[in-house]
Amino acid sequence: MSNNNQHIVLKTQDLAIGYKHKKVETVVSKNINIELHKGELIGLVGANGIGKSTLLRTLTKVQPMLLGEVSINNISLDTFNNIDLAKSLSLVLTEQVASKNMSVFELVALGRQPYTNWVGSLTANDLSIVNKAISQTTIESLKHKRCFELSDGQLQKVMIARALAQDTDLIILDEPTTHLDMYHKAYILKLLQKLTRDTNKTILFSSHEIDLSIQLCDKLMVMTESNVIIDTPENHIKQGNFKSLFPEDLIIFDSETKSFRVNK
Amino acid sequence: MKASYKYSFLILGIILLFCFFMNISLGSVSIPFKDVFNSLIGASTEVESWEHIVQGYRLPKAFTAILVGSGLGISGLLMQTLFRNPLAGPFVLGITSGASLGVALIIMGASIFGGTLAGLLISKWSLVIAASLGSFLVLLAVLIVSMRVRDTMAILIIGLMFGSITAAVVSVLSYFSSAEQLQQYIFWGFGSLGNLAWNELLVFFIIYSIGILISMTSIKSLNTLLLGENYAKSLGLNLKKSRLLIILATSLLAGTITAFAGPIAFIGLAIPHMTRQIFNTSNHKILLPAVFLFGAIIMLICDSIAQLPTSDYTLPINAITSLIGAPVVIWLLVRKRKMIF
Repeated sequence: MSNNNQHIVLKTQDLAIGYKHKKVETVVSKNINIELHKGELIGLVGANGIGKSTLLRTLTKVQPMLLGEVSINNISLDTFNNIDLAKSLSLVLTEQVASKNMSVFELVALGRQPYTNWVGSLTANDLSIVNKAISQTTIESLKHKRCFELSDGQLQKVMIARALAQDTDLIILDEPTTHLDMYHKAYILKLLQKLTRDTNKTILFSSHEIDLSIQLCDKLMVMTESNVIIDTPENHIKQGNFKSLFPEDLIIFDSETKSFRVNK
Repeated sequence: MKASYKYSFLILGIILLFCFFMNISLGSVSIPFKDVFNSLIGASTEVESWEHIVQGYRLPKAFTAILVGSGLGISGLLMQTLFRNPLAGPFVLGITSGASLGVALIIMGASIFGGTLAGLLISKWSLVIAASLGSFLVLLAVLIVSMRVRDTMAILIIGLMFGSITAAVVSVLSYFSSAEQLQQYIFWGFGSLGNLAWNELLVFFIIYSIGILISMTSIKSLNTLLLGENYAKSLGLNLKKSRLLIILATSLLAGTITAFAGPIAFIGLAIPHMTRQIFNTSNHKILLPAVFLFGAIIMLICDSIAQLPTSDYTLPINAITSLIGAPVVIWLLVRKRKMIF
């Protein structure tokens, strides 16, 4: 954040996102130009249905883009094969893992899959990376527990550890704070902030926790129907970008307290 | 943790050997263990016919039991992981239904082809070929569909639908067939381990081995699939290719087993669950060999019981696998109170 000339991890040029169904294009958002730098924590905020998930799905190559260009570490997303992409970008999704009978260690170790041999054996190097990911997320005490024994907050930390073990420059999380109580929401976002400082990885997450994101993120991506603006929280507040986030007849943004409140 | 698995494998291996010898020692003719052993190593036995019984009948039967038990167990494991469903078994893809349709067409449809042909058609090989063809065609249909469908659950439902269609065709055939034909069909449905000669066993073994090899190459993708398909994709897994290989392995295993031994119920569903109760892991690198050993052991035990040792009767193996296995699974689940997967 302090140095804007830092290495660019993810960049989009005139990106248009949306759906193509039988030659009919539904454009969700267009002319998206964003740059994410190394070691930044970036929050993506916007109203329900505005297209946050579509944007994240496009950036992660789950869904094809309509127009424009996305590049990770200066390499176009189109030229990545599955394995190389998995070594550059890791995900934490909203969906539950299919099998909750895995131990926490087993689950985190699955993050090493893009690097392991045909049968998935862990080398000494893999083990040390897995253990490091476990200690960075402070889940050592859960290591041998099974996933069905964990609370939602613990499980989210485990999923973050798994993404860390994948050892990518960029980690993208889709609404990592849903289902969590107020304490754990703050805890997870604070953890993400700490991880960007400790590991110098770039972390992008979508969230409805705008208040917390303003306090913790280096940059915020504010997504509205007309555009996507990326800037520091302070600049967003100065320029009043949060005001266009929701219809103002019900909730308004208070620049003084840096939070939303109900328009009574 | 790793060391304890080693002991478990060692113990299972010893149990497997024990069950193997127990299986070939027991039968309608009682043969002393010394003579069983002698005939195995080619030494002379007290009564000459014993050597024939052991080498020509009991030994291939024991090997068949091992292949059937381990093969069905492994294909059940593959299906449970692929479909993320503890109720999936090797036959969810409609493989048995395909095989039974093939067999039903041969046995009950033979009269349609004309009386002279009928006698020719109903030989053992023709049943094997019909069953293989039937399961292969259903498999082909499922594979074509799975290439087009993005949702794995849709494949599961399509497999079930194929099952319903073939069951309906079999019902129609049964309605028009004679009592003898029906009986023959029902007997095939009982399953049988003891009908294979060595040359048939060899063909069985070759196809089985291909299925096992493909399963082994799928270990890594199976582990990745434990996270769910989207996570698996984000870890660089080629979802379509892995899915295809897993379905192919299952079809080869379950298809050839059904062709040679009939539709053996229950084993494929239950063995992976029983194994998970003992090996507390979801890592397929451990589970796959464990299921192999466990399946072989249970099948050998079931077969030993089905022989009703020292009596002249043999019970249908299909009934025994369910009679023994179903209560065991119920007991395990009641005791552990959860269906782990």
